[in-house]
Formats: sequence, structure tokens, C-alpha cells
Amino acid sequence: MITFLLRKLGVLIPTFFGVTLVAFIFIRLLPGDPVLLMAGERGMSEERHTALMKEYGFDRPVWEQYLSYIGDLAQGDLGKSIITKKPVTKEFFTLFPATIELSLCAIIIAVFIGLPAGMIAATRRGSVFDHTVMAGALTGYSMPIFWWGLLLIIFFSGILGWTPVSGRISLLYYFEPVTGFMLIDSLMSGQEGAFSSALSHLILPAIVLGTIPLAVIARQTRSAMLEVLGEDYVRTAKAKGLGPGRVIGLHALRNAMIPVITVIGLQVGVLFAGAILTETIFSWPGIGKWMVDSISRRDYPSVQGGLLLIAAVVMMVNLVVDLLYGLINPQIRHTE
Amino acid sequence: MALLQEFWAYFSENRGAVVGLFFFVCIVLIAVFADFLAPHASNVQYREAFLQPPFWQDGGSLRFPLGTDAVGRDVLSRLIYGSRYSLFIGCIVVSISLFAGIFLGLCAGFFRGRVDTAIMRIMDVVLAFPSLLLALVLVALLGPSLMNAMIAIAIVQQPHYVRLTRAAVIGEMTKDYVTAARVIGVKQLRLMFVTILPNCMAPLIVQAALSFSTAILDAAALGFLGLGAQPPTPEWGTMLAEAREFILRAWWVVTFPGLAILLTVLAINLMGDGLRDALDPKLKRS
Repeated sequence: MITFLLRKLGVLIPTFFGVTLVAFIFIRLLPGDPVLLMAGERGMSEERHTALMKEYGFDRPVWEQYLSYIGDLAQGDLGKSIITKKPVTKEFFTLFPATIELSLCAIIIAVFIGLPAGMIAATRRGSVFDHTVMAGALTGYSMPIFWWGLLLIIFFSGILGWTPVSGRISLLYYFEPVTGFMLIDSLMSGQEGAFSSALSHLILPAIVLGTIPLAVIARQTRSAMLEVLGEDYVRTAKAKGLGPGRVIGLHALRNAMIPVITVIGLQVGVLFAGAILTETIFSWPGIGKWMVDSISRRDYPSVQGGLLLIAAVVMMVNLVVDLLYGLINPQIRHTE
Repeated sequence: MALLQEFWAYFSENRGAVVGLFFFVCIVLIAVFADFLAPHASNVQYREAFLQPPFWQDGGSLRFPLGTDAVGRDVLSRLIYGSRYSLFIGCIVVSISLFAGIFLGLCAGFFRGRVDTAIMRIMDVVLAFPSLLLALVLVALLGPSLMNAMIAIAIVQQPHYVRLTRAAVIGEMTKDYVTAARVIGVKQLRLMFVTILPNCMAPLIVQAALSFSTAILDAAALGFLGLGAQPPTPEWGTMLAEAREFILRAWWVVTFPGLAILLTVLAINLMGDGLRDALDPKLKRS
């Protein structure tokens, strides 16, 4: 297991440095004067320009600039936002819980519907239920989720008036964020109706963001389950006279879960990409919307920092998934 | 010819794939004959008909079958012309990423060693970013336009081709026919592109079909965020972005472009599933 971990890290660490290089180069490839881009000031005097040039270190050789960038990074300094003048890391970690909350709810929806749907579809292969699930999954997989979000808004907010259109909680409620998770904070605040307001704001974005993972999980569960159901040990279990509940629940499901867990882990990147669109549609104050806003406001230090931090988070989660997978399935540990 | 027949036999077993193929052919025909099929030009504004509903609703007319948008353009005509953009995007993105990916993957798998490590590490870096995020940032770098969006999506997609090609090439390299070719003195380039490559194509074709649909989706997403095709281009994602502020007043300007994206992507994915069944030797019953 230790060698497995070391081998994974051996790939991960150079990749991480590659990622820092991409983030570092990004700001230097932008057309225009990097000082003006970083400072975001107009009508700058010659002296101010030279002073800033020195402050940002653009007067030094590129490799020195990169080293000092890595040095700052090691101390958690990713520069300051042009617009708010706050440190990028602070902005990121203030907004991050909103994205985590949304993503977690999305993945919970996806797993709780996708898993049973895929399982039942596999056990009743060829039935109407199977065909419906598979058609639904393929549609969900092909869904432009930004459009799906708009449709849900039209129906649930516009026609039925059930859910609010944007934000995380109604303006009627205010409390200091403790955990950053609106559902938990609203419960802890003890204000009546705060929790249900937070929940009603969350439900549509979570459904939208969960759609593609749901489709992928349902498809994967079905095919993994079908494969396992054809195995000899399942036939043996049936021949022993075990009931279908035991055969499927105990013998088949556990083995079918291995590929499914990997697929769930792989959805992290998909969730981030989806969060960019979902948060934009629902004005959800998370990382995805922040990135889009930063790009359109030309707040390049924020774009640069966000790019790096998001990639770092995705890489970390993938590493954890890999390790868990190695823990469950020894075969993986010992193959290239 | 016999190969083609065998392919069709497997492909047509999957009914969904045939439906997908039929639908895809229809979209291609619509794109090709857009000039004859569209009742209006894509950018003509009819001042007397702002946000006119589809014909079956009160206030609609058959002159604008699917209604008009906020500046009085015919939605149906814009959708018909939009199919050209989507297919164009799919073709360009897939060709760029396919050719670049095959070349890099072939080099990595054929030469192994340092070349392999260098190429694969770079691909790992690209894959470390969520695809849409990287595409967004690349477009921010290059400037928002349809061309730049396509380049960005192609860059984001090509690591998948590199990995597939490399894996297939490494699998083929140990086979006897490659050794035989080496022994009779086949030159390196010929060995790479003529001897080995054709035997690695099956997974690549499947991937190409599936990433055709991803390309359309991603380009529409970039258009929707204002970073892809710019208005007044009748690209479906861009149309959705323009229609966003009218969602609670005029459902048709939002519904139809998205439906067009969904149906096109769905058709391609259905077709891709059929292609996989027909081409993937692992699933083929012997």
C-alpha cells in the first residue's frame, strides 16, 4: 500500500508543478502589459508603472519570477483581486463552502436515485423499466445542463411558483456564517423558516448539477451489475437456494460497487465544470460563478488563483479516490 | 465490402443507434439545405413581430412557426442555420484533437522512454483541470470568438485521444506482424503510420463520435457564457444566452434552441453507443 501511495504521489507532484506552471504562464500570455493587467489601474504614471513593475517582480528574469511565485504559493499567497483588493485565497475559501454544499447535495441525489435505478434495471433486463431508465440516462447524459436549469426555472419558479429563482437564502434571514453550509447554518441560527428557505433555494440547482452524474451512475451501475450477475459465484449462490434479495444484495452488489465507486469519484471534475454553469444560472455565490465573473471582469489574479486552487482540489480528491479504490481492490495496487 | 457488411450487421442490431443515425443524417441534410428550408434569413428583424409566440398559441402565426425572438427574428430559421454551426464545431474540434492526439499518442507509444514520459505528463496536467474551466480560461486568454472556443475545446479534449492511441499502440507493438515488419526493414515512419496505426483505429473512432457531441455541448456552454460565438451568430448556445432574460415571459425563445442541442447530442450519443458495440472487439461475440 505504501509503494502504491508513493507511486501515485510520484505522478501527482510533477503534475502539480505543471499546473502551477500553467497558472504562472497564463497571466504572462495575456495580450497587453502584465502590470496594467495585475494592477487594474488606468492612466498610470511612469513612476507608478516602474514601482509596480518592481513590486510584482516583472523586472526580474522569468525563472526568478516563477521561483518567487512558488515561494508565495507555499505561504498561501496567491495575490490580490483587482476588484475587491482582498487576497484571492480568502475570496476562494469564503465562497468554496457554497460550491461544496451544492456539489454534495447533487452527488447525494445522483447516488440515491442512480444506484437503485441502475440495479433494478439490471435485474429486470429488457423490461419496460430497464428501457425507461436507460433512455432517461442517455437523455440526462446528453443534456445541456444550462438549458435544463432554465427549463426547471420556467416550470417550478415561473409556472408553479414553488421555488425561488436565485441565491442561497431569502433576504429576510440573516445570520453570521459558522460552517459556511447554508443548510447547517440556518438550522443552527434557530430562525423559523430559515432552513426551509435555504432548502428551497438549494433544490433546483442541486437537481441540475446532479443530472449528468445521475445518468452516468445509473448506466455504470447497470452494466457493472449485469457483468457480475453473469459470474459463476452468483450462479452458485442461486443454486444454493439463496433468495434473490440475498443474491443481489449481498453477493452481486458488493462486487458491482467497485467500478461504480470509481465512477462516482471521477465525477468531481464533472461537478466543478457543471458548477460553473449551474451557479451562473441560479446566481449561486460559489466558486464557479466567481470564476466566470472574474473572467468577465478581467480580474486576472483571481482567475489565476482560482484555476490553481480548483485543479489542486480536483487532484486531491482524485488521489483520495485512487487510494480508497486501492484499499478495496488489491488488484489495482499491484498493476501499472 | 464484407467488413462494411459485418459492421452494419452489428450496428443495426442496436435499434437506438439506427434511430440516432437517421436523426443525424436529417440534421446534416437540414444544415446543407438550410438556404432552401429556412423560411426567413437568420438575421432579418421583423419590427412588427417582437416575441411573437409559436403558431399554435394565441397571437402566433404560420409565418413564424416557432415564434420570434426579442428583436423580431424568426426562431425556426435561426435554429435551421444554427445546425450548420453545431456540425461545423463538431467537425473542426474532432479533427484538430483527433489528429494532434493520434500524433502525440503514436509518438508516446512508439518511442516510449523520455518522449513518452514528457508527453504523458503534459497530458496529465491538462487533465488535472476540469475541462470546461480550462476551456473558459483559454478563451479568456485568446479572446471570445467561435474559432477560439473551438481551439480551446480541442486542446481540452485531445488528451483522451493521446491516452487511447498510446494504449492501443503499446498493445500492438508486441505483436508478431510488427516484429515481422521490422525484420524486413520497414522504415520507422511507415511502421508507425501505415503498419501500426490502422490497427488502433477502432477505439479512436468510437471516441471521436462521442467527443463530437461533447464538443457541441461545450461550445454551446461557452456560447451561453458569452465566450463562444458572438451575437448575432445563430449558434444555439449563444441564442440561449440572448434569450435568458425572457425566460419567464417567452418560453419558446429558451425552449427550442436547447431542445435542438439536446436532440442533436442525443442522436450522436446513440450512434456512438452503436459504433462501440460494432467496433469494440471486447464486446463482439465471436
